[in-house]
Amino acid sequence: MSDITILGAGVAGLCVATELAARGLRPVVVDPSPAPGPQACSWWAGGMLAPFCEGESAEEPVVRLGQGAADWWQTHAGCVSRNGTLVVAPSRDRAELVRFAQRTTGHRWLDAQGIAALEPDLSQTRSGLYFADEAHLPPRQALAALAEGLARRGLQVTTGAPSDGLVIDCRGLAARDALLDLRGVKGEMLVLRCPEVTLSRPVRLLHPRHPLYIVPRGDGVFMLGATQIESGERGRITARSLLELLSSAYALHPAFAEAEVLEIGVDARPAFADNLPRIRRRGRMILVNGLFRHGFLLAPALARMVADLVLHDVKPEVMDEDRD
Amino acid sequence: MRSFYGITLDSPMMLGTAQYPSPAVLAAAFQASGAGVATVSLRREAGGGHDFWALIQDLGVRILPNTAGCHSVKEAVTTAHMARELFDTPWIKLEVIGHTDSLQPDPFGLVEAARVLCDEGFQVFPYTTEDLVLADRLVEAGCRVLMPWGAPIGTGLGLNNPYGLRSLRANFPDIPLVIDAGLGLPSHAAQAMEMGFDAILLNTAVAKAGDPAQMARAFARAAEAGQLAHAANPMEPRDMAAPSTPVLGKAWLS
Repeated sequence: MSDITILGAGVAGLCVATELAARGLRPVVVDPSPAPGPQACSWWAGGMLAPFCEGESAEEPVVRLGQGAADWWQTHAGCVSRNGTLVVAPSRDRAELVRFAQRTTGHRWLDAQGIAALEPDLSQTRSGLYFADEAHLPPRQALAALAEGLARRGLQVTTGAPSDGLVIDCRGLAARDALLDLRGVKGEMLVLRCPEVTLSRPVRLLHPRHPLYIVPRGDGVFMLGATQIESGERGRITARSLLELLSSAYALHPAFAEAEVLEIGVDARPAFADNLPRIRRRGRMILVNGLFRHGFLLAPALARMVADLVLHDVKPEVMDEDRD
Repeated sequence: MRSFYGITLDSPMMLGTAQYPSPAVLAAAFQASGAGVATVSLRREAGGGHDFWALIQDLGVRILPNTAGCHSVKEAVTTAHMARELFDTPWIKLEVIGHTDSLQPDPFGLVEAARVLCDEGFQVFPYTTEDLVLADRLVEAGCRVLMPWGAPIGTGLGLNNPYGLRSLRANFPDIPLVIDAGLGLPSHAAQAMEMGFDAILLNTAVAKAGDPAQMARAFARAAEAGQLAHAANPMEPRDMAAPSTPVLGKAWLS
């Protein structure tokens, strides 16, 4: 059982490695880059652990499987903020808020006073939805914490070749050579510094054409995300996307107009046609992929499933292929 | 069914391909609707969107590429050229947007672009208002299909100006007319088809429904109901009640 190689040190690979290590196995993580970095699309993630909000457009398994994520991350990486999610809309798009409320659970309505009590800087906002049980984390710090946790157990990420034993392929979009039905969904994001604005939790601004979320990273730094474009392209932000992201942020709070743009990120998320993840077993190879925009939300649940499969031969509910 | 540039379609449903929760849901909606035409935007996915276009082609329906998001004649014409190359079709749904917020068509740019594209051999489906004069100019430019709006794109308000639309239908009996944009409920689709329109084109009402496939099916049935009703020559409404059974001989004087 000791001969396990995990391909890929993105969020999926590191979560699987951490879960296996926590259960007494000693997997080797192989990645061309020895440390978490911009080559993994999880590097650019928002880090929202928001299973209920995601239920607005995602299928039921995402909502259910995502609910254990905050606890898992707190155990293995620390750095989880459990302040919930606030969902707001410009007053002319209030219908979007009503629709969002109908499609989701785990929220309550807030009036202007309620919003001001949570986020004083958004006191202009008249109504919103509060998802109290959601959380967020800083993705890069969380990935680094997992890598450090593995290193403490003597499990380094290596650039070497996989061993002869069991291989767990967590390469994300790079695994398209083995997963022909995997596609890329382009996402564009920004990191801004705006010390004038203070937020304590992710805020989603609904809009019929350009929905946006803002995740506070602390010290006046915010992540703005993210576009969702049917394209496997991994670079090149368009002026349109930049405009949409920035004008939505400006609509949420005019002070964002004065923000410093720290970073522009573009990558493609790996996804299957229904945007749900899959685990596939092909002989001595297990493939874990298709986490779409739910890397941090779903990787813990998938890691548990992989561990149960490896250790106890429990067939995961998201397994759609099992052959020798 | 009327023919659209020589193509007769089995279903009066045309569906857009934007804003679905996933490609799997999109495919399910198409299947449930029986739609024979898929509109697809070139601008949004430009640069690496080939995967998505391949996916749309896999739906096995006729593709109507559009120039959504174009605000000038030049942009629209360039996009149409790209579309012809990519999808190998002379069909183009021509949108020239005049107002950023309401996405209302720019009638002047629309006519100009329609003229250019028709001259180049495109088969143009112009997204227009219900304005009769504008419709006339588009037909003059060479358009043999018109796509008047029901209401502004994405509003779901239904047929905003039934009088204007009825008048358009009456004035252009020989031009296939497709109600495009603004439909929110299947009853709007039924109403459009009852009025004698030849097809409906919608996107948001299906893509943003809680269950897009089921909503697509609902629209398809409503459209078919409206189509059947129109063909069955509906009764004229009248102000006075007209009992359907004769009152003569009943003891109604007592």
